[in-house]
Amino acid sequence: MSKEMMSGNEAIARAAYEAGVKVAAAYPGTPSSEIMENVAKYDEIFSQWGPNEKVAFEVALGAAFAGKRAICAMKHVGLNVAADPFFTASYSGVEAGFVIVSADEPGMHSSQNEQDNRNYAKFAKIPMLEPSDSQEAKDFTKLAFDISEKFDTPVLMRVTTRICHSKSMVELKERKETGLNEFPKKNTRKYVVIPAHARIKRVMVEQRLKDLAEYAENTDINRIEEGTRDLAFITSGFSHNYVKEVYPDAHFLKLGFTYPLPMKMIRKFVDQHKKVIVVEELDPFMEDQIKVAGINVHGMDIITNIGELNSDIIRNSIENTKDEVNDIGVSIPVRPPALCPGCPHRGVFTILREQSVRVMGDIGCYTLGVLPPLDNLDWCVCMGAGVSMVQGLEKAWDDEHADKIVGMVGDSTFFHSGITGLVDIVYNHGIGTIFVLDNSTTAMTGTQENPATGKDIKGNPATRVDIRKICEAVGIKEIYDVDPQDLDALGEVVAKALASKNPTVIITHRECILLPLRAKVKFTPLKIDTEKCIGCKSCVSVGCPALAYDKKLRKTRVLPELCVGCEVCSRMCPKSAFTKNGEPLVYEKRHKIRGK
Amino acid sequence: MENLNILIVGVGGQGVILASEVLTLVGIKAGFDVKKSEIHGMSQRGGSVSSDIRFNKVKVHSPVIARKSADFLVGFEKLEALRAIDMVADDGIIISSNYRLDPMTVSAGSMIYPDDVEGIVKENHEKTYFFDHVETIEKIKNPRAVNIYILGALASFIDIDKEIWIEVIKSRVPPKTVELNLNAFEEGLKIGG
Repeated sequence: MSKEMMSGNEAIARAAYEAGVKVAAAYPGTPSSEIMENVAKYDEIFSQWGPNEKVAFEVALGAAFAGKRAICAMKHVGLNVAADPFFTASYSGVEAGFVIVSADEPGMHSSQNEQDNRNYAKFAKIPMLEPSDSQEAKDFTKLAFDISEKFDTPVLMRVTTRICHSKSMVELKERKETGLNEFPKKNTRKYVVIPAHARIKRVMVEQRLKDLAEYAENTDINRIEEGTRDLAFITSGFSHNYVKEVYPDAHFLKLGFTYPLPMKMIRKFVDQHKKVIVVEELDPFMEDQIKVAGINVHGMDIITNIGELNSDIIRNSIENTKDEVNDIGVSIPVRPPALCPGCPHRGVFTILREQSVRVMGDIGCYTLGVLPPLDNLDWCVCMGAGVSMVQGLEKAWDDEHADKIVGMVGDSTFFHSGITGLVDIVYNHGIGTIFVLDNSTTAMTGTQENPATGKDIKGNPATRVDIRKICEAVGIKEIYDVDPQDLDALGEVVAKALASKNPTVIITHRECILLPLRAKVKFTPLKIDTEKCIGCKSCVSVGCPALAYDKKLRKTRVLPELCVGCEVCSRMCPKSAFTKNGEPLVYEKRHKIRGK
Repeated sequence: MENLNILIVGVGGQGVILASEVLTLVGIKAGFDVKKSEIHGMSQRGGSVSSDIRFNKVKVHSPVIARKSADFLVGFEKLEALRAIDMVADDGIIISSNYRLDPMTVSAGSMIYPDDVEGIVKENHEKTYFFDHVETIEKIKNPRAVNIYILGALASFIDIDKEIWIEVIKSRVPPKTVELNLNAFEEGLKIGG
């Protein structure tokens, strides 16, 4: 069989293919997005982006009820959205294998919290597997389908950023067709979860946990790695690699099947040692259960439960040492991400700041509007909150501040969970102003298609769901369509919408700059007439990476390799110092950092 | 050579990921177990990007390079090289462009890009090789081939058959640019002498 270098995400997609999966669904979210992007390359599998994780989960569960193997994938916070069916699917069980991949983010490289989704396995009484590299990601995913069918349960695969985005060698196998040969017969007691049925299942779920615990004792993905008896560790997931790196000769109990835990195996292992350290990322998930079972181990008394681990943290924690800090004598400026040059969101933030508007944000590239110099996001919690929280922010003060508050979602987040918030505003006497920033893609996670783009996951034509028509149907009376780079028009629309006593939606239409750049569209960069530039920093206040302010010369420079000539910065210039194609850029209206 | 740790750093969009892909394939062809790790996500929007690549004759456990254990630190941007200087082993080698790309914190005027980053790096680490970004582009005739030039510079210090590098580069760059990229690779090889 051939071998290939694969990321954990690619390996999980490959496993879905080899395991004979028929239906796969996901909502993009870092670090999970590439799972479904790679599943989509296999024509044997029906794959799709769902509008949100709950829908993706239910699409896949439907297929598993219909007797065909199914997989769904999401980032950790996505499972919060899909939690409702997750818990009840534990009771119903499945006709064919059903695997849920949760990609957690210790360290929060691109996330809003650091929740440890292993707790979901325990909470919902669903078995869980944790791979340590790409080969295991593939093997465990395939095994998860077998476990799902054998024990009549959904199975949770818990991976983390380092599994998802690390590459290592994976052995490829052929696809095996699986699933029922006939559409399943009616089975109401199993698949209609009314209380009378659920009470019966409730007992069965507890028995299933006992059976799974017995399975955990015997599966070879829970294994001993021989070594010296001086140092002993219980590890799972990526943490195993860090410990193995520092202490290659230690004695390991490496657990791949981590819920329910193989407590007999653990007890036997611990009994051989004076001291055993459990190493796991985030919560003391294994440690707590092991201690409750009356087994004495160490864990988070030694190693932190905050952030991503690494081999330095492991060594320093265990050996009680500290990294010596090499003082180089200068402070290195941080390099946070920023809205791209030509990003359509920049105009929106520029106008909102000019009009001193408070912004209820959402999850997407536009969350970057919080960073200086734009510094124009006031609140951000989760997807959809950019709409629904506006109602609470305004009603808390009887709409007194409604003329200074807007909510904000993107096109993909509008479908994810923005629509219900809009229904709420219309129904419950709201007067909120909501931006839908339609950039024709799901940009932050890598430009995936969504219901508004008119294309499916494979790039084939699909029915385009019309954002404006949805707003109309919901009952929004005032809807404005505007180009976010037309600052004059945008400014007028914002002023009108905020003054309005009706719920209002402003849809900005301009595609993400990454799309034309990828299509190799040529742009004309701006230049600055340094004679005219007075160094007032008005232009750099729009936070564009294509501009550099020279503190010593007190002048702005344009980086021609980055500038796409969108002219948002040049509209801020009080001296008309910008030029395009050699012509000075002079505008009727000059925009300001703060208005009035 | 039993093992090798290479850390590549730069800014989103500079080609760090392609360079690390090439390097990974070179390691595999040269008979190593190879693992690599990188952080995606928000770094795609002009933030700091890094990729860890590890070769080992037997087995790589963690793809993530520990502090002070990178044999090579490869910088696509000099501030990023400085930021990662603690990752280099004492006898490791730093190869970096002198290209300056201001972070938003600097271009908006709120923080200062340190003067003489090259000097600071050299002062803190002996085996450091900077190349001039502008001169290099003139030599190799295409700014897009800088990442292959850097791989050439790296190859000049690594005991892996040149033919392996060339074969992998040929397979990874667009067909029309093979000659241009191989030329960039050869130019890079001159760095190690």
